[in-house]
Amino acid sequence: MSLWYAICDVIPLEMLQWDFMRNAFLAIVIMSPLFGLMSTMIVTGRMSFFSDALGHSAFTGIAIGCICGAAAPTWIAVAFSVAFALLFSYVRSRSNHTADTLIGVFSSTAVALGIFIATLGGGSFTKYNTYLIGDILSVTPSEIGTLALVLLAVVIFWVFYSNQLTLTAIHPQLASSRGIPIHLSQCIFTTAIAVVVTLSISSVGLLILNSLLVLPAAAARNIARNLKQYHLFSVLSALVAGLAGLIISYYLGSSAGAAISLTLALIFAVSFFFRKVRA
Amino acid sequence: MTAAHGGSCNQSCCLQVQNLSVKIGNDLILRDMNLHVHCGQLVALIGPNGAGKSTFIKAVLGQLEYEGTISFSTPSHPKQKPKIGYVPQSPAFDPGDPVSVIDLFVCCMHRRPAFLGATAAMRKHILTCLDRVHGADLIDKRIGTLSGGELQRVLLALALEPMPNILILDEPLSGVDVEGMTTLMDMLDEIRKKYDLSILMTTHDFAMLPRYADQVVLIDHQVVCRGSAEEVLNSDDFRQVFHMKGGASK
Repeated sequence: MSLWYAICDVIPLEMLQWDFMRNAFLAIVIMSPLFGLMSTMIVTGRMSFFSDALGHSAFTGIAIGCICGAAAPTWIAVAFSVAFALLFSYVRSRSNHTADTLIGVFSSTAVALGIFIATLGGGSFTKYNTYLIGDILSVTPSEIGTLALVLLAVVIFWVFYSNQLTLTAIHPQLASSRGIPIHLSQCIFTTAIAVVVTLSISSVGLLILNSLLVLPAAAARNIARNLKQYHLFSVLSALVAGLAGLIISYYLGSSAGAAISLTLALIFAVSFFFRKVRA
Repeated sequence: MTAAHGGSCNQSCCLQVQNLSVKIGNDLILRDMNLHVHCGQLVALIGPNGAGKSTFIKAVLGQLEYEGTISFSTPSHPKQKPKIGYVPQSPAFDPGDPVSVIDLFVCCMHRRPAFLGATAAMRKHILTCLDRVHGADLIDKRIGTLSGGELQRVLLALALEPMPNILILDEPLSGVDVEGMTTLMDMLDEIRKKYDLSILMTTHDFAMLPRYADQVVLIDHQVVCRGSAEEVLNSDDFRQVFHMKGGASK
């Protein structure tokens, strides 16, 4: 962290004189590429609402962690989200229902269970507001370290499995005929989404998190002509929106997560008007 | 009409299917099917919707559990399992997907992540593959923008690398206009002769059969009849299977 603080010292931004802003800035630099990368596969695989449902399950996991008196409810939430994701994949592969119906079933159940547990015995819901809106400014160096490790793991996973995941997302039958274990690929990817969503929920907030997992790739999809451009535009959109949102929120005194989402929405709108430039 | 191939035959066979039955849940989809595909032959599998054509192909590809035997051989290496190229049923790619033809090839054939782009050597190799189907100009097009005929050519090019001994195509002519059908069938014929491979395809387009198919097999959960295109298309079995079910007609 001292190296990062030294770098911040030479960046001519007034807001970086505060340690909490330096931490938030670094968290954004790490989280944005993470969201940008995962976003590409979520959008291509039509899993936008699934990642939203995972956010809800993460919230439920945190409520369970708190009620159990766990010192670190986040890790209980990670375990719950992974179990939720795998259960969803299992039911989806053995059900005639469409994915959106099953997502509705799982999502509403997770939310109901979370609220039920959080308010059990007349408990107050207020302490969970952090997880709904998020607070990037309170991110700690150890949380940043965890996010950096997750980013590294996702990048390594991407290098080895993104071809399989892409083929599975665009044409499962073709993927299967090429010997790709499509159910295993989907399970690994949904687990990865569950981990990323849950670890980010306290920083970004449940209500905004899904926009960060959908908007970067949605904007990139408007103008990208191939997978290289798609990934590049998605990661860049997330990074630019992340940094711009943080700066805007500092000077306007608003929620950073909301400012980042709105910046991404603006990028999407601009890309929408340029969508005809692609072949 | 030729006798049903159930036992031995005196021609060299690439694919031999004997007493094949496939059950999915409680439904018996295929019953006691026998089929031989001879080396260098184009065999067309026809039948009404729900007759079990795609199920048969999935069983041959090993994607479904089945009873009976499916064996392969090549004339030069009778004991060696031949390579199978497969073109799946008319895929509906999303027009908005930012995946180009070269991306699709990289995803299917290479370990290098497609999002890093193809190297010059990979691009050259993929151009060679596409050239086999006269599709080199399609390399940078997005797959969602390809016409039905172009898409089938691209998938055919994918199935031909590495060059298989048997090429299996599931409804390659669906979603392709008449001109595209002729182009595709001419191409399959050219490839079959040039590389001496056997082709097994399912289709609902019977007009092409007399010109291109060596053997036509009519199925309706089991083999109903087989023979040359003229024999099968003019048979009572053909009229019965399609007219009684109100399916496709010649």
